[in-house]
Amino acid sequence: MIDVTTIKVMPEFRLLPKTYDGEREVTWCPGCGDYGILSAVKQALAQLQIPPHRVYFVSGIGCGSKLPDYVHANGYLGLHGRSLPIAQGVKLANHDLKVIATVGDGDGYGIGAGHFVHALRRNSDITMIVEDNKVYALTKGQYSPTSTRGWISSTTPDGALEVEFNPVVMAIAGGATFVARAFSGDPKHMAAVFAKAIAHKGFALVDVLQSCVIYNPINTVEWYRPRVYKLDDDANYNPRDYAAAMNKAHEWGDRIPLGVLYVDERPTYEEQVAALANGALAKQPLRGYSRATWDEFRAAVM
Amino acid sequence: MIKNNMTIKIGGEAGQGMDTSGAGFARALVRAGLQIFANQDFMSRIRGGYNFYQLRVSDKPVYAPDDATQLVLAFNQQAIAQHLREIVPGGAIIHDAALKVDAAALAERNVHAFAFPFEAKALEVGRPAGMDPKHAKLMLNTAALGATAAITGLPFERIAQVIAENFGKKKGSAVADANLAMARWAYDQALQSADQFAWKLIPPADGVNRMILNGNQAIGLGAIAAGCKFISAYPMTPATSIIEFMTAQAKRFNLVTKQTEDELAAILFAIGAAQTGVRAMTATSGGGFSLMVEALGMAGMTETPLVVVDSQRPGPSTGMPTRTGQGDLLFLLHASQDEFPRIVLAPGGVASCYADTARAFNLAEKYQCPVLILTEGFQAFASRSVGVEEMPFEEFVVDRGKTLTDADLDRLTPGEYKRYALTADGISPRALPGHPNAVYTATSDEHTEYGRIEDEDPANRIAQHDKRMKKIEAMKREMRMPEWYGPKHAPLTLMGWGATRYAIREAVDLLNAEGIEANALHFIDIYPLDETRLANELAQAQRLIDVEGNSTAQLAQVVRVYTGRTPDDKILKYDGRPFTGAELARAVARMNTQAAKARARVPARSNEFLRVRAFP
Repeated sequence: MIDVTTIKVMPEFRLLPKTYDGEREVTWCPGCGDYGILSAVKQALAQLQIPPHRVYFVSGIGCGSKLPDYVHANGYLGLHGRSLPIAQGVKLANHDLKVIATVGDGDGYGIGAGHFVHALRRNSDITMIVEDNKVYALTKGQYSPTSTRGWISSTTPDGALEVEFNPVVMAIAGGATFVARAFSGDPKHMAAVFAKAIAHKGFALVDVLQSCVIYNPINTVEWYRPRVYKLDDDANYNPRDYAAAMNKAHEWGDRIPLGVLYVDERPTYEEQVAALANGALAKQPLRGYSRATWDEFRAAVM
Repeated sequence: MIKNNMTIKIGGEAGQGMDTSGAGFARALVRAGLQIFANQDFMSRIRGGYNFYQLRVSDKPVYAPDDATQLVLAFNQQAIAQHLREIVPGGAIIHDAALKVDAAALAERNVHAFAFPFEAKALEVGRPAGMDPKHAKLMLNTAALGATAAITGLPFERIAQVIAENFGKKKGSAVADANLAMARWAYDQALQSADQFAWKLIPPADGVNRMILNGNQAIGLGAIAAGCKFISAYPMTPATSIIEFMTAQAKRFNLVTKQTEDELAAILFAIGAAQTGVRAMTATSGGGFSLMVEALGMAGMTETPLVVVDSQRPGPSTGMPTRTGQGDLLFLLHASQDEFPRIVLAPGGVASCYADTARAFNLAEKYQCPVLILTEGFQAFASRSVGVEEMPFEEFVVDRGKTLTDADLDRLTPGEYKRYALTADGISPRALPGHPNAVYTATSDEHTEYGRIEDEDPANRIAQHDKRMKKIEAMKREMRMPEWYGPKHAPLTLMGWGATRYAIREAVDLLNAEGIEANALHFIDIYPLDETRLANELAQAQRLIDVEGNSTAQLAQVVRVYTGRTPDDKILKYDGRPFTGAELARAVARMNTQAAKARARVPARSNEFLRVRAFP
């Protein structure tokens, strides 16, 4: 089994990041953190040598959710908050596809929170990349679940009253088997984290700290840069240690850890489904049972 | 003696096991070559309350419940109170000796009461078998079956086999033996009174064994027959037994069945699965369907083949969970914002649940759209003896429409595949993801032919919207007209849809037998229908009476939109209970008399509206 924490960039590969270039004009704002994320996703796929036709992106609605439209790969651009159930349905039906959900913080942790919690414990073999800019940008600046308490926006003129949602704590507590954080200001590190997440067998969350140059004047690249540090640099950090991971997941403010926070091994959901033992459901014949099986059923209800 | 034609009701509290004993008795009868129709009337609670199991037996196929009852097995006092007035003269109640029966009421109706010390005997037999009093008392069921067999002339061996099977597997031989002993004792006791009861069950010499399936099981089986391999659902009465049935069959047919966190996820999982080419479905009731509505529109926009079952119960909101109704028709026709093609089918009866569900999967792939199946609580729970020939398996022909095969995909030039290509019939060739020559996105935004977001260009919007809506024309050519039943050109036509099919047929038979010439026009395919063809069908109806399980005559509204035709009368029932043929026939006969009187007095009104709340 691949140890996902030690994946190295291959020196030469057949599939290049540009293999995944979409033909579309990208419509994000100049300076948006999403550009770095898009580039890192392509690099990660190239690092893992996964051809475009074997990849299936699922996204919701929001700035970041446009990502699959800008990539050359299969995808489904669905509804706000609903990417995870679609992604899990795709994976259950065709587990030969690499399924990657790319959503924003409002999508993944707000309207889609109910699905998030259950995806964690289900351990479906999918990757969830959250473009977490801590603001609802496409609807022009309202507060999001990860906005800092006190955040002032058009719907919270006196400041947000709720405490912010901590996705990495929730993910570890909820049963995710891979939890990581990346920073849109460091695409190279981000690509390596994505590659590990995609290679991981089981549910992998990467929460990406992302700048929004229009609606988030606080959590800017300049704000993050002096605060973030890489867990990889700490030889003593063991992402398989639950308690240590929980500690790191709570760390925020002056020091913000990046990289793989937590890794666990548990059978994936798909591995435990009997009907998938003979291969992907989508590749099995439509009526793949015999007349004898049908007769057996008839006898059972007589 | 009246041979092989009777209704038995078994009533008591939830938890007393009426449905188990009723199903056991039904099984014994069907194995003996008789035919049954069984429905349950139960409350939304696990213990207590009042429930009953209703079993209609015949040596001919039976498709609907009858409200005339010959025999009642009363497990509590309420069973006697509730059903005494439904028992026909000469009929009987079998009850525990501890329950009280009004002798005067019995005599007035000429109904027999056969009392046996079931509970006392159950405790006596249960003790040496090591059963605690609570479990011993449940043997009331087997005792009642023994007594029923004796009263109706059914040989004891017919029920002994079922009892041994039911208890032998699950509870061990001591419990099975105790139950058999109870049944035997009750059989012997009741045999002495058998000559007082005129209705007898005499298995035909050439009896054929049949399957017993309810509507929900038939829907599940129809799905499996069509190659559906994926169901995701969230439990909601009266739809739950669809995923339960398919889960029970999952290993046999290699299915993936998934209970999800909510109904949103249920439909989204199914859409994800369908997107890969697997035939997929979800099933729910109106409340769950309400949650699915946004995703339904998404499936319409991304042209994903999908089958969704709505098993209706009275609402709105939580409504009456265990009851039945037909209040969701207009909701399903319009669910989700803006316009997109969909198909709505409302199967009527167990065989139709099977066949029309199977057909739904072909329609979904052929037209690349959601297909909605409307059933209801009554049909979900009601079971019938079904001959294997009624559920043909080999004959079903899979039609995947314009789904591209691997060979088709091999011939494509990479980069040229258009998932939403503009075509003459609006249906675009559909590639399943995973082939290097057809890498594409599907998009809930308005999109280009390639499936890329294009939510600004008005010309593209019109082209894609028209492309989707054009599919409706082809659908209309394929969708089936309502079916006629009964004499052609009758002066009276009963119009209905879905699960009321056989109650209406029975009403037609009863009316014609009474000399009131009537026929029926029944809808299974509801949307979309060809307006001209439908208008021609409606033109054959003279006096048109609409029969529906809702208060606003929803099908009649649809028919009016399609054809301009308005029914002359309406029989609308929305008390949560199913129609029976007899009550329908009574209501029609009454209307007929009133209409005749009205015609004699004043010029006929064009739209006489009679709302029937309760039947006398």
